[in-house]
Amino acid sequence: MVFRQRGRADVRAVDGVSFSVSPGETVGLVGESGCGKSVTSLAIMGLLPKRGVRVEGSVAFDGTELLALPPDKLRALRGRELAVVFQDPMTSLNPVVPIGTQVTEVLTRHRGLSNGEARREAADLLRRVGIPDPSRRLREYPHQLSGGMRQRALIATALACRPRLLIADEPTTALDVTIQAQILELLRTLVAESGTALILITHDLGVVAGMCDTVHVMYSGRIVERAPRHDLFRDPRHPYTGGLLASVPRLDQPRGARLEPIKGSPRDTIPWATGCAFAPRCPNRIEACTPEAPELVGERHALRCVNPLRSAPEAKVVPR
Amino acid sequence: MLGFVVRRLALLVPILLGLSVLLFLWVRALPGGPAEALLGERATPEAVERVKKLYGLDRPWYEQYLTWVGNVFRGDLGVSSRTQHPVVEELLRTFPATVELALTAMIFAVGVGVPVGYLAARRHGTWLDHLSVAGSLFGITIPVFFLGYMLKFAFAEKLGILPTDGRQDPLLDAEHPTGFYVLDGLVTGNPEALGDALAHLVLPGVALGTIPLAIVVRITRASVLDVLHEDYVRTAEAKGLAPATIRGRHVLRNALLPVVTIIGLQVGLLLGGAVLTETVFAFPGFGKFMADSIVARDYAVLQGFILFTAVIFVLVNLLVDVAYGLIDPRVRAA
Amino acid sequence: MSLAQMEAVAPEEAGGSLGRDAWRRLRRNPVAIAGAVLVVLFVAVALLAPWLAPYPPDKPVGQVTPTSIPGPSAEHWFGLDDLGRDEFTRVLWGARWSLVIGVVSLLLGMTGGLLLGLLAGAFGGWVDGVVMRLVDMMLSVPGLLFAIGVAAMLGSGLDAVMIAIAVVNMPIFARLLRGQMLAQRGSDYVLAATAVGVRRRRIVLGHILPNSLTSVIVQGTLTLATAIVDAAGLAFLGLSSNDPSIPEWGRMLADTQRYLSSAPLLAVFPGLAIIVAALGFTLLGESLREALDPKYRR
Repeated sequence: MVFRQRGRADVRAVDGVSFSVSPGETVGLVGESGCGKSVTSLAIMGLLPKRGVRVEGSVAFDGTELLALPPDKLRALRGRELAVVFQDPMTSLNPVVPIGTQVTEVLTRHRGLSNGEARREAADLLRRVGIPDPSRRLREYPHQLSGGMRQRALIATALACRPRLLIADEPTTALDVTIQAQILELLRTLVAESGTALILITHDLGVVAGMCDTVHVMYSGRIVERAPRHDLFRDPRHPYTGGLLASVPRLDQPRGARLEPIKGSPRDTIPWATGCAFAPRCPNRIEACTPEAPELVGERHALRCVNPLRSAPEAKVVPR
Repeated sequence: MLGFVVRRLALLVPILLGLSVLLFLWVRALPGGPAEALLGERATPEAVERVKKLYGLDRPWYEQYLTWVGNVFRGDLGVSSRTQHPVVEELLRTFPATVELALTAMIFAVGVGVPVGYLAARRHGTWLDHLSVAGSLFGITIPVFFLGYMLKFAFAEKLGILPTDGRQDPLLDAEHPTGFYVLDGLVTGNPEALGDALAHLVLPGVALGTIPLAIVVRITRASVLDVLHEDYVRTAEAKGLAPATIRGRHVLRNALLPVVTIIGLQVGLLLGGAVLTETVFAFPGFGKFMADSIVARDYAVLQGFILFTAVIFVLVNLLVDVAYGLIDPRVRAA
Repeated sequence: MSLAQMEAVAPEEAGGSLGRDAWRRLRRNPVAIAGAVLVVLFVAVALLAPWLAPYPPDKPVGQVTPTSIPGPSAEHWFGLDDLGRDEFTRVLWGARWSLVIGVVSLLLGMTGGLLLGLLAGAFGGWVDGVVMRLVDMMLSVPGLLFAIGVAAMLGSGLDAVMIAIAVVNMPIFARLLRGQMLAQRGSDYVLAATAVGVRRRRIVLGHILPNSLTSVIVQGTLTLATAIVDAAGLAFLGLSSNDPSIPEWGRMLADTQRYLSSAPLLAVFPGLAIIVAALGFTLLGESLREALDPKYRR
């Protein structure tokens, strides 16, 4: 994925990110802000602006190449087969349109329901995501709902057409901690019920630990480690993954144990063309980290590192 | 909502009262005083004395003011020294023409301005966008009377496809039961008169509507640019909605909120601009009558018309605020 | 320096970089360049009119009859007007009048408006209430009609036009300054100054006023453009000087409209001149606003 801006060299924001999701499976995409998680999700949905951005490679959905699809065909898939829940429920709902319309418009568009049918269905959907008194809520406007309620409404909208793939992009980041757990629980049950494949994008390993089957850890636009959830938490091999885990509170550490932040910020990154992007912040850095970037190697537990962590202690992260 | 309207109306009372005092004092401050203002410039001293007695101008000013306000409430704005008709009659006779003209200008400004502003924002950074920005800056600075002259020259004088002046071809057999000539053409079932009235509205409407057009283009463009970056538009895209639904329900319904506010403010501009436009096109409306009254120093007319305009202006803006509340649920709740 | 201290630094003390930043943005903006060129052209013509003009502005220099008015030629670039005077000369001299009327009315209106705004913003309470109701009242009459009223009250003449336009512009500046003062009263650096015991008068004169200057300059530039157009409009309606020898663009336009078919260009030249002047100040004002206010950049 290449960003171009006139007068500047093209920026390759995301590179070589490759993964697959099967029905009923939940895949986690983890990394700090700015690592390219959200851009990846927008690229899958075909929502990146046409001008200034080039997406190369392949997004295959059930045998259909989405990148080659004409815009109107893609539109017909979006909202029906592919759905997404964005980060901020405060800004993701249209403030001047009633909640009801914002839920029913997907149903009338993709499932050809009449307005009356769509309203009944929408009330049902809101009830299923745990919104009390749904027929009243349908008439209300977003500013009359709390943040958690709005995110529930957005999830209801995303699931309205029983999509086969749902992307949840930091679905709980903007919410209160108590609400976060409820929303995650809701996502988990809904996905389990419907067999929808879920891509969960987050910076929060606690979220991943409770939900994902496979986890992809991204750094600076590339996947640096990929493993089934248990393997990753038991045996993180990439120093970045190790750092992420060390900065999250755990149950198996004594109370008051120090959390180790990762040194530096994602800005202290070198281009992949000149070596491993994480090298400037890496505790395990060796000569071989530059100038050649390592490849992603391994089948079940894949890794992009020349000097990985040895066997790390068994880790238990508080599931949310 | 009703409470809101009542509160807003209550706010208007001191403004209009203050304005009436100012306008009352304005006539006292005129060169030669109110008696001469009533009689015109060539009044004899004896006539001035007689008028002073007759109108109670020898009484204290506050008494005179109360009398005047009482008259205003009874619909008496005095008599035009130029035509010798009551000012209210002249107002009612000429205002329909200006309403037609201002509506034409507004339809032109909004009808052209919103699509252009929308397209410019959609094609942000392209030649179309740059052209619309440059055009709107240019449009704001063109004097109405000069634009009117150029339009008249091009379309009436050179091309001869539109009439140069007036509201209706005098040779046409047309009746005017309402005073609104377009409406008259409809109710009397006279398509020829209707077409003629519309043709007479085109050039002055475009001239008067150009500054509002430029403003509407700017506001729409800026507002659509803001809205296009909103998360809820991305949500709408992610739902795979039809482009028309996204454009209408999700982009424009939000982006047009500031435009609605602007429309109210434009009414003032239109009423002021009407004085110039109607003069250029000899369009027999409220503005032309006012321009003629300026030349004739017909102060009773100026006083009455200015007061009337202020009332219209504040009422229209009140209406716009109410409409805004109806469109934007967040305001309605507040 | 702690964060709290950094926030308490008044913007104008950190103003060097802001000013330089704005200047750099301004120089790169083609709109600003275009505006500056037009403004310089207009002001130069206004100042140099007596030396640039090839003929006297108030005397006939050729033979004309209402049916035959000579158009542009080598001797008379813009042709002759309906009284046989050189049109080019009169357009050049018109810049002078336009500049004088625009600048004087702007300065009058700006001073009056800023004083009103200062009064309202500094004292607050009932003073603020009274001043703002007055401002609302003035704004409730459409600008041009208000100007017509004031000019008619003063009798016609150039000074009447200037005062009328000044009065109409007063509420704009009053509102601007009051808004700025209210916004800045709550700002950290004013609170900090109050906390260390700076007197209110010093805060207003030494901090708030200088910080409002950029908005006033921007508004002033834009208002100059409307003042020039409005003055022409009043002249067009016959509210300016009765002296036919004064080459005032609006009046020239009004006087020559009736030659629409015989000498249509006569009204075009003063019309274009008004546009050049107004467009210059508008472009300059808009790009100044963009350069000074980062929020406005797009």
